[in-house]
Amino acid sequence: MYAQMIKTASKGVKTREEMTDQEREFQDKIDNDIKIEPRDWMPDDYRRTLIRQIGQHAHSEVVGQLPEGNWITRAPTLERKAILLAKVQDEAGHGLYLYSAAETLGETRDELVKLLHEGRMKYSSIFNYPTLNWADIGAVGWLVDGAAIVNQVALQRTSYGPYSRAMIRICKEESFHARQGYHAIMKMAFGTLEQKKMAQDAVNRLWFPAIMMFGPTDAASTNSDQSMAWKIKVKSNDELRQQFVDQTVPQIEYLGLDLPDPGIKWNEERGHYDFSDPDWTEFFNVIKGNGPCNVDRLSDRKKAWDDGQWVRDGLLAHAQKKSAAKLAAE
Amino acid sequence: MKNEWPLWEIFIRGQHGMSHRHVGSLHAPDAEMAIKNARDVYTRRNEGVSIWVVEARHIAATAPGDKGPLFEPSESKVYRHPTFFDIPEEVGHM
Repeated sequence: MYAQMIKTASKGVKTREEMTDQEREFQDKIDNDIKIEPRDWMPDDYRRTLIRQIGQHAHSEVVGQLPEGNWITRAPTLERKAILLAKVQDEAGHGLYLYSAAETLGETRDELVKLLHEGRMKYSSIFNYPTLNWADIGAVGWLVDGAAIVNQVALQRTSYGPYSRAMIRICKEESFHARQGYHAIMKMAFGTLEQKKMAQDAVNRLWFPAIMMFGPTDAASTNSDQSMAWKIKVKSNDELRQQFVDQTVPQIEYLGLDLPDPGIKWNEERGHYDFSDPDWTEFFNVIKGNGPCNVDRLSDRKKAWDDGQWVRDGLLAHAQKKSAAKLAAE
Repeated sequence: MKNEWPLWEIFIRGQHGMSHRHVGSLHAPDAEMAIKNARDVYTRRNEGVSIWVVEARHIAATAPGDKGPLFEPSESKVYRHPTFFDIPEEVGHM
C-alpha cells in the first residue's frame, strides 16, 4: 500500500524442479520462516523486487510529510502543532529506516532519491491528494496511517530481515499517528455543526483514496504471485483492504458521521463489511502522474533536495578538513 | 553522487543497565553529526541513555557461508549447559 503495484522482477513462479540447488535452498528458508539477511545468497529478482518495494515505501514516508507539513503552521492550538510536528518528524525517521534497509541490498540512498526525482520510482498514490483544511489532517492521520498500519503489521513478517525489523520499529510509532488523527477528528465530529460538516467532508473525500492505498484488486494484481511465494508480500491487497474496512467502519459510526460509501453494509454470511470498489480509472490516472498534486509533490521534493545541497556539501567539506588536520597532527 | 555522506551503525544503551544494542544506521558527515542524528532518529521516545556510533566500513563480520563450521560444533556439546546434569532433589537448589 505504501508500496503499490510493485512489478515483481521475475517471469513467473518457478516450480521446485525448475529451481537450481541454490534457489531451492533459498526457498526452503523462506518456507520455514527463516529471515534472509543482507549477506545471504538471494536470487537477483528477489533483490530487485525488494529494492523497488522498500524504495517506494521509503519515498512514500518522505513525500507523505508534505501534505501534513502544509498544516504545521496553521494547527489550531499549540498542542496540536507540537503533535503534528512530532508526527511529521516520525515520517522522516521512517523514511530513513527504509532507505537503510534498501541500502543493505546494495542500492545507495542517493541513487534511490535520484530515481524518485527523475520520475522513475513512485510513492503511494494517496499523497497526490490535497489536504484542504484541518479536518483533512485528522482524517489523514486516522485513515491513511490506519491503512498503513494494516499493511505494515502484516509486513513485520516479511522474509527480508532488515525490512521486517524496519516494519516492527515503524509499527510501534505509527499507532500514535492513527490515534492522534482520530482524536483530532473526534473533536470536530463532536464539536459545532460546522466542524462536524468539515469532518464529514474530509471522510467523504479521503475514504476512496485511502482504500486505494492497498493497490488494485487481487484479480488485477499480476505481480503478486512471486512476491507472495518469496514472502516479500505476506497478505493480498484485497485481504488487507477488507481488514481495513472492517476495523474502520465502526470507528466512523462512533463519530456519528455518515458512511462515505452507500455500498458499505454488514454481510452476515461473510462476516465482513461489503463495500464499493473505488474508481480504479482514477487510481491508475493518479499513479501515472495525473493526480491533483503529483506535480507539486515532486517539485517540492526536488527543491528541498537541491536547496539542501550546500548544507550536505559544506558539512562533508568540514568533516574532511577536520580529519585531514587530525592526520597532519599525528 | 560521490558526495554521499558515509554510513554509520548506531548502538543504543536502553534504560535498564543493558549493553549497547544495534538499532539501525544513518548517514552523517562525521562522528559528531552521526551522534546528533542518532539522538534525533533513535531516541525520540526515551529509548536510550547512551549512544555509540561506528562507521559501517570499520565493522568486520563473519561470512554467512562460514555459519556451519563456526557455530555447528557447539550444537553437539550439550554438557556445556547446566540442565545436562541431573542433581537429586535431596541436594536442593544448585
